[in-house]
Amino acid sequence: MSDTFQLDGKSVPFEAGQTVMQAALAAGHYIPHLCYHPEFKPHGSCKLCTVKVNGRTMASCTMPAEANLSVESDIDELNDLRRTLVQMLFAEGNHFCPSCEKSGNCVLQALGYDLEVHTAGFRHMFPERPLDFTHPDILLDFNRCILCELCVHASAEVDGKHIFAFSGRGIDKHLIINSTSGQLKDTDMALTDKAMQVCPVGVILKKRVGFSVPIGQRRYDKSPISAQALVDAPRTGAVHE
Amino acid sequence: MTDTIHDLETAAHPETLRRVAIEPVSRVEGHGKVTLLLDENDHVHQVRLHIVEFRGFEKFIQGRPYWEAPVMVQRLCGICPVSHHIAASKAMDMIVGSTLTPTAEKVRRMMHYGQILQSHALHFFHLSSPDLLFGFDSDVAKRNIVGIAAAYPELAKQGVLLRKYGQEVIRVTAGKRVHGTGSVPGGVNKNVSIEERDYLLKDIAQITAWSRDAVGIARQLFEQNLDLYNNFGRFETHTLNMVRADGALDLYHGGLRARDMNGEILFDHYDYRHYWDVIFEDVKPWSYMKFPFLRSLGPDTGWYRVGPLSRVTHCDFIPTPLANQARKSFMAFNGGSATGATLGFHWARMIEMLHAAEVIHELLLDPDLQGNDLVHIGERQERGVGVIEAPRGTLIHHYKVDENDQITRCNLIVSTTHNNQAMNEAIRQVARQYIDGKKLTEGLLNHIEVAIRAFDPCLSCATHALGKMPLEVELLDVSGKQVDTLARGLDGTFCIPD
Repeated sequence: MSDTFQLDGKSVPFEAGQTVMQAALAAGHYIPHLCYHPEFKPHGSCKLCTVKVNGRTMASCTMPAEANLSVESDIDELNDLRRTLVQMLFAEGNHFCPSCEKSGNCVLQALGYDLEVHTAGFRHMFPERPLDFTHPDILLDFNRCILCELCVHASAEVDGKHIFAFSGRGIDKHLIINSTSGQLKDTDMALTDKAMQVCPVGVILKKRVGFSVPIGQRRYDKSPISAQALVDAPRTGAVHE
Repeated sequence: MTDTIHDLETAAHPETLRRVAIEPVSRVEGHGKVTLLLDENDHVHQVRLHIVEFRGFEKFIQGRPYWEAPVMVQRLCGICPVSHHIAASKAMDMIVGSTLTPTAEKVRRMMHYGQILQSHALHFFHLSSPDLLFGFDSDVAKRNIVGIAAAYPELAKQGVLLRKYGQEVIRVTAGKRVHGTGSVPGGVNKNVSIEERDYLLKDIAQITAWSRDAVGIARQLFEQNLDLYNNFGRFETHTLNMVRADGALDLYHGGLRARDMNGEILFDHYDYRHYWDVIFEDVKPWSYMKFPFLRSLGPDTGWYRVGPLSRVTHCDFIPTPLANQARKSFMAFNGGSATGATLGFHWARMIEMLHAAEVIHELLLDPDLQGNDLVHIGERQERGVGVIEAPRGTLIHHYKVDENDQITRCNLIVSTTHNNQAMNEAIRQVARQYIDGKKLTEGLLNHIEVAIRAFDPCLSCATHALGKMPLEVELLDVSGKQVDTLARGLDGTFCIPD
C-alpha cells in the first residue's frame, strides 16, 4: 500500500492521521486557505481550501489523507469559486484596506491579491458593527470579522478563558464577548493571550501600534501568501485529534 | 454695468438672466463648476465657483482609533496626500504628548518637501503650462499636456522627471509614492538608509538645476506679457501663511502670520494650536465649501488668500540661497507688481519648488536621517491640532480623542477652503475684465479657468464635511417666487421656517 496521494498530478507523501492540507503544506504544495491554522484543530468553515477528491468537493483541511487519493486543487473551476468566496467576505464586512493597520499582514487581503480578486464582485452590505474600545490595551474592530473562529478556539483551548463566542445565525452570525456587559473591559483578556495572535484579519488589535511596521517589511510585502504559507507550515506531521 | 465685484456673488433678479456653466472646471484636482448669469446684452450679473463633490472625512473618521487618522484622512486626495498624512500626524503628536526626535522631524520634513516638489511640478508643467505657453484662448485641441509634449518636448520631460523625483522622495520616506504610512503619531516608522540617501543624492543637482530653469520660465512669462500678467484677475486681499520663529519661509512648522491688504501685520507667530481664536468658517447656501475668515475682521471682509504667493511674499526670507535669491528678484520685479498678481502664483510656486529641491539636498546630507530613534511618546492629551503649509496653502487638522483612544471630533480647514472667497473674487474680476458685454467663446470662458488654476485648487480636499450641517431648501416657481421652504438645524432636525 502506498503512503502517497496525488495532488494536481504530483505525488504527495503523508503520515498517518494527517489531513490533505497538512500533508500538502508539509510537502511544499500550497492549497489556498483562510481559517486553517496549523496549531488548531481544523474546522472547515471558510471553504477556501475546497479541493476535488476523486471528483467530489471536500474541505482539504478536514479531509484525512489516504493512499491513492486523486486530489485536484489548482484548477480554474476551484480557483473561480475561491475568488467568489473571498469577494463575498469582502462584501459582507467593512474591509477598508487603505486605512487598515493590518494591511500587508492580513490573510484575507493577501488571499485577495494571490487569487487576483480585482473587484468586490458583489454589492457591499455595509453592516453596522461598533468597535469595542473599552479595554485599555486591546481594540476590537468587528467590521473586519470573517467568522474564522480562530479567536474562539485560541481563547478556549489555549488561554482557557472562553472570551469569544459566536451569536446569531446565518447572515446575522457575529462575534460576541463573553462578559456581562458584552464589553472586553469586563473580561480578563491580556496582551499575552494566544487569542491576540491568531486573528487573520484586523479585528483583535494591540492598541497604539498602528502602522509601526513600514511598507516593505510587512508579512506579505516580501512574498505572497502562497509562498509564506509554505514557510510557516510544519514540515512533519502536526496532527490534531 | 455698475455692479461692484462683491455684487457679482448674487444677482438681484436671477430669473431674468441667461445661465452659462463651465462644467467641469478642467485641469484642477476634484470636481467643480462655474456659473455665470448674463443679461441679454451679455453683461455679467453673477459669477460663482461651485464645488459639486462631497466627501465626508470629518464625519467618518469619528469613532476610529487616533493612530488611523494619518493614514485614513490622506485618502482625501491623490495629488498631495502627504500634506494630510503629516498634518494629521502633527495633531496626533500632540495627542500622544510627543516631542519629535531629530530623525523623525527630518524624515517627515523630507517627505513634505518631496511632496511640495512633485505637486508644484505637476501643477506648473502638466496643468497650467498649456495656458501659459500657448495662450489662454489658444486652440483648445492643443491646450493640454499632450500639446506641450509635442511643442516643448524637453520641457515636458523635465516636468515629468521633476514630479517623478518628488514621488521617489515620498516613496523612500513614506513607503509608497501615493498614500504611504511613514509618518505615525509621535514620529516615523522608518529612517532613510544609506542606499536610499545615495539613490536620491545622485539626481538632486539636476533637479535643482531644472527647478532654477522653471523659475526663469515663470519670470520670462511675466516679462513678456507684463500688462496681462500684472492685471489678470488681480484683486486686493488679506493673506495668511506660516513662518518660522525668525520669519523664514517654513512649510513644515511655525507660527501663523496674517497681513491685511495693505501689508500691515494683523497677527504674527500666532500659536496655531489655538487657531480658532483667529480663524472662523462661514457657510453659504450655494456651496459645499466653507468660507473661512479672520475673526477680527468678520465674515464679509475678513476673507484672505493662502498658498505660494502669500508665503513667498509675506515671509521675511527663504532659508536656502538659490530660492532666496529668486525671491528677492521676484519681490523687486517691476516695483513688486508680481507679489499681488493672481498669475504671480505661478512664479512664487516655482520659487518654492526650487526651495524644496534645496531643502531636500540639505537634508540628504544630514546624518540624522539615518538615526534609529524614530518615535517619542509623552503624556497623553485630549486635543490635537496639526498645521502645515501644504502645496496649496495652510492646512489645519484638529481632532479630539477620548480616553479610550477613539476620535470623537475632527475639523479640517484645507488650503483650497481658505482660498474659497479669494478664488471667487478672482473669477469675478476676470469676468468683469474679459467677459462682460462680449459674445462668449470657449477661449473667453477659459480665462475663468486660468484664474482658478492659478490657485492650484484641490476641490476634493476642500469638500470633506458631512453630517448635520445647517441647510435650507427653497422651492421657487418659474418666476422666482418662493413656493415652499424646508430647513435643517444644527441638531439635524427639519422644520418649516417661520
